[in-house]
Amino acid sequence: MTRVAITGMGVVSAIGTDVATFRRALLEGAGGLRPPEGLDEVPKGITVVGQVRGFDAEARLGKDRLPLLDPFAQFGLAAADEAIAMAGLDLRADPAAGQRTACIIGTGGAGIATLQDGFTRLFKEGKTRVNPFTVPRYMGNAACSHVTMAHGITGPAFAVTSACASANHAIGLGVHMVRSGMVDRAVVGGTDALVNFGNLKAWEALRVVSRDTCRPFSKDRTGMVVGEGAGVFVLEAWEAAAARGAPVLAEMAGFGMSADAGDITFPSVDGAARAVRACLDDAGLAPDQVDYINAHGTATMANDATEAKVIAAVFGERAATVPVSSTKSFHGHGLGAAGGLELVACVVALQEGFIPATLNFTAPDPDCPLDVVPNTGRAAALQTALSSSFAFGGLNAVLAVRRAG
Amino acid sequence: MSDLDQKIFDIVVEKTDLPRERLSREARIKDLEISSLDFVEIVFAVEEAFDIEVPYNANTLDSDFGTLGDVIDAVAAEIEKQG
Repeated sequence: MTRVAITGMGVVSAIGTDVATFRRALLEGAGGLRPPEGLDEVPKGITVVGQVRGFDAEARLGKDRLPLLDPFAQFGLAAADEAIAMAGLDLRADPAAGQRTACIIGTGGAGIATLQDGFTRLFKEGKTRVNPFTVPRYMGNAACSHVTMAHGITGPAFAVTSACASANHAIGLGVHMVRSGMVDRAVVGGTDALVNFGNLKAWEALRVVSRDTCRPFSKDRTGMVVGEGAGVFVLEAWEAAAARGAPVLAEMAGFGMSADAGDITFPSVDGAARAVRACLDDAGLAPDQVDYINAHGTATMANDATEAKVIAAVFGERAATVPVSSTKSFHGHGLGAAGGLELVACVVALQEGFIPATLNFTAPDPDCPLDVVPNTGRAAALQTALSSSFAFGGLNAVLAVRRAG
Repeated sequence: MSDLDQKIFDIVVEKTDLPRERLSREARIKDLEISSLDFVEIVFAVEEAFDIEVPYNANTLDSDFGTLGDVIDAVAAEIEKQG
């Protein structure tokens, strides 16, 4: 079977707008959740967010491009630029390689900020016109399309959407496309720009947002914290990557997915457990070969207690000892970007031999009897990691990744 | 039963289809088996009806509101504060 290498990755997040800064924050245990900045108004129920800060869109992407780029496309394109540069690829210069490359970028909210700006003009300000580029900015495939245009990717390309699992679905599809030989490489990941008034009001209305901060698996957790950003990867057939001397960051070992067919918001133990098992089967891993789990870990009461049951169902007695952390405590819930941000965290963990902490942890919850690596990261010899995404709508996607070499 | 009790019970009946006779100030939300999504809808309807904001978080439902009376008291306090 064709092995799949990760040869590049890029990230935009509340804890860094490049991989080096993101890596440092994880290693130092420095979270990025803060009160929102730059909004005219902040909903009362929102205390902190995982907002992308210090992102110089003009410097990263060029002034000429910006009128056509909603922030979700900006984040996705900047992360893809970093990933493709890290992989040492110049697909524009090699049209044949561009044709053998796929691009799949997931998103949950797509161009919600652009739509909001248009509706504000129409319904609040009484204006009669909207931004002429409203449609190409807000469409869900905008980020994917801009990545293909910027890099000359002319193979299979599309966007996927499955709320909080969008990035993992995109990455997993790329794994299977490279493995099957349909393409030689795939640029895959997820992106979302969610820190705007309308979207924050929508999350506030659902009454699941934290009153203080994101405390995954902690007894006193009060909910999730809205984040945003992008995580994008270059996946390549192992032999092809080796042949061109590309650096291999990690191996994509497996992918599993499932649907709960249950509740639109409440997660199911059975559905999520089936996705984890499918991922382990795909990777050829036994449960006792998993060294670290980057949890979905949203810090809602319902998610974390359910996820603990999922881990117990799949890992049995090892559930209490396999290290599980939620890096959402650093960067918030990036929704369509979440799986991308968290796979970057997993690759960093494998490279550094370091398990990122679950921050803001105060007290164990009897409903979550796990080793959640509370507050302080931990050195550990890691060979394999899982990254779980269990989305609203009951759509589950789990990735397995293995240390390179 | 006060007007406020009456109005809130009306909203609960509308959103949950619970029989009216099961509702009282002492009725426990857990015993009524009101789902957290139904409760979100109830709070939204109460906020719209009284033009107030109720500080409700689905994650802390069990510790914040034991009975319907607790909900009614919270609404009364917010009407006092915000009205």
